[in-house]
Amino acid sequence: MEFVTWRNGTARGRRLMREVVIISGKGGTGKTSLTGAFAHLASNKVICDLDVDAPDLHLLLRPSHQREEEFWSGYEARIDSDLCERCGICASMCRFGAIHENDNGFMVDPLRCEGCKVCVAFCPAEAIKFPQKQCGHWYMSSTRFGPMVHAQLFPGEENSGRLVMVLKQQARELAKARDLDLVLCDGAPGIGCPVISSLSGTHLAVAVTEPTPSGRHDLERVADLCGHFKVGFAVIINKYDLNPDETKRIEAFCSDRGYPLAAHLPHDPVVTQAMVQTKVVTELPETDFSRELRLTWARIEELVAR
Amino acid sequence: MIVSVASGKGGTGKTTVSASLTTIWDGPVLAVDLDVEEPNLHLFLRPTIEESQRAYIKIPVVDESKCTYCGTCSDLCQFKAISVVNKLVLTFPEMCHGCGGCIAICPEKAISEGKRELGEISWGGAGNAGFLMGRLRIGEAMSPPLMRQVKARLDKMIAKDPQDAIIDAPPGVSCPAVNAVIDSDVIILVTEPTPFGLYDFQLAWEAFCPLNKPMGAVVNRAGLGNDQIYNFCQDKGLPVLAEIPFDRAIAEAYARGQIITEVSGRIEQIFIDLRDGIRDLAERHGSREAAYA
Repeated sequence: MEFVTWRNGTARGRRLMREVVIISGKGGTGKTSLTGAFAHLASNKVICDLDVDAPDLHLLLRPSHQREEEFWSGYEARIDSDLCERCGICASMCRFGAIHENDNGFMVDPLRCEGCKVCVAFCPAEAIKFPQKQCGHWYMSSTRFGPMVHAQLFPGEENSGRLVMVLKQQARELAKARDLDLVLCDGAPGIGCPVISSLSGTHLAVAVTEPTPSGRHDLERVADLCGHFKVGFAVIINKYDLNPDETKRIEAFCSDRGYPLAAHLPHDPVVTQAMVQTKVVTELPETDFSRELRLTWARIEELVAR
Repeated sequence: MIVSVASGKGGTGKTTVSASLTTIWDGPVLAVDLDVEEPNLHLFLRPTIEESQRAYIKIPVVDESKCTYCGTCSDLCQFKAISVVNKLVLTFPEMCHGCGGCIAICPEKAISEGKRELGEISWGGAGNAGFLMGRLRIGEAMSPPLMRQVKARLDKMIAKDPQDAIIDAPPGVSCPAVNAVIDSDVIILVTEPTPFGLYDFQLAWEAFCPLNKPMGAVVNRAGLGNDQIYNFCQDKGLPVLAEIPFDRAIAEAYARGQIITEVSGRIEQIFIDLRDGIRDLAERHGSREAAYA
């Protein structure tokens, strides 16, 4: 566990750096809109967008890039047709169906190539090159709510848990360097590689769900995932008024499992209105929705402090 | 014909569109859920599952009595799944991509195939349609290997009973999403007219363009945000095949687990027109390809 020195001298000594990830399982439940508002409400934090595949938080926070880095990860096989003797060993050994023969000889389909190097190792003519791949960029930026670490994977690239780890590492170092005690992360949908990476070393995962069969189903899976990796878990029911019965089922699930409910938020067009203005909802004139969001963030801070 | 329903941004209505298309499809059709991390199609189609199989990936098992600790396997492995340190060989099964390289390259033939569970593949029927889905095991990081096995099952089912297939793809634009749509004939991108919807739609368009497949857009929650998505579609020559209005009655029907074609005849007609638009798109692309060939 990492420590940072408390900003105002020694009176409060050293304080834990905390990391919160907002996840959802199902996409489109409102993760990013809520993370944007929390970024506005939280103090002393680094903001981090871990949805490196389809990131959206920057559309609300409009970061200006202070530092841009290339992200290189993995390799890709390429057959040199001048050296290829067309024996076909590569194609027969590839377990990903990435190598096919056409009129020009054997070719690697980059979209199917897993970068395992088996074809390179077994090519008797040494005709297969294995260059490293650039998969995207990552950025350190400033926003009106504080520093932000984020990335963009090239479309179609491998959704690298490695890029998520790079972002988390950078965010933690930045927090330490600037005496900030919170890393607030927007996570990816699903339960696979990028989500698993985003949970590593995290103190609290807050799942945003909605009262629909898909929302509840996916919440249960993402809750099990957090249980599997022993990460603290809390739930926000967004658009709770869409289906009161389903909301009750989610509440029962949370109470059975002992997951704290951080909020019930109504289905409110103000969220989209804010998005269209590239603002977060708490920046618009005060509404019931934004008041509830302030309370929600206060509850999350309490949970994180535990 | 295989139709993939993809999106970029999650929660734009992929599953709604897939389920609705399945119910109004006019011919033999198989509904396939390739969003193996968070499969939802079964919640709406409520299929009868006839068979389920566990799916596995092949991983290395080292026979230490034969191992000479030469390190050839760990030199080849790109995923840090096998490692040799002095007189110790360690495998990290959860890191293994199942390429089989270590097994093939070991000079002592000391490595054999074991397996790691990826999840489950299930199939059956939903009304008049066939049904097929994959479900990733909780804690498993890699969805593409399971998706490849679901697609292999899909090929078998189509070979046995010729039929169309509608694939509910995972969100995003990276390898799982590309893996889902790569073998389909038509790609439908479902989006919503908001800044998030537009941005992720642009990424999806960029990711899927190199596949050179006919693509069309479905704008869900039309009337919700702004109209930039239409400008983008027009710029890129991407046909908008359907618009589903932003309507609380639809959102509530979905929240109850209903297929939204049941909401009204008007909504049903939207999907009938979408189906015809998809067929049309596939035919036009087919004849253009034939002209080039």
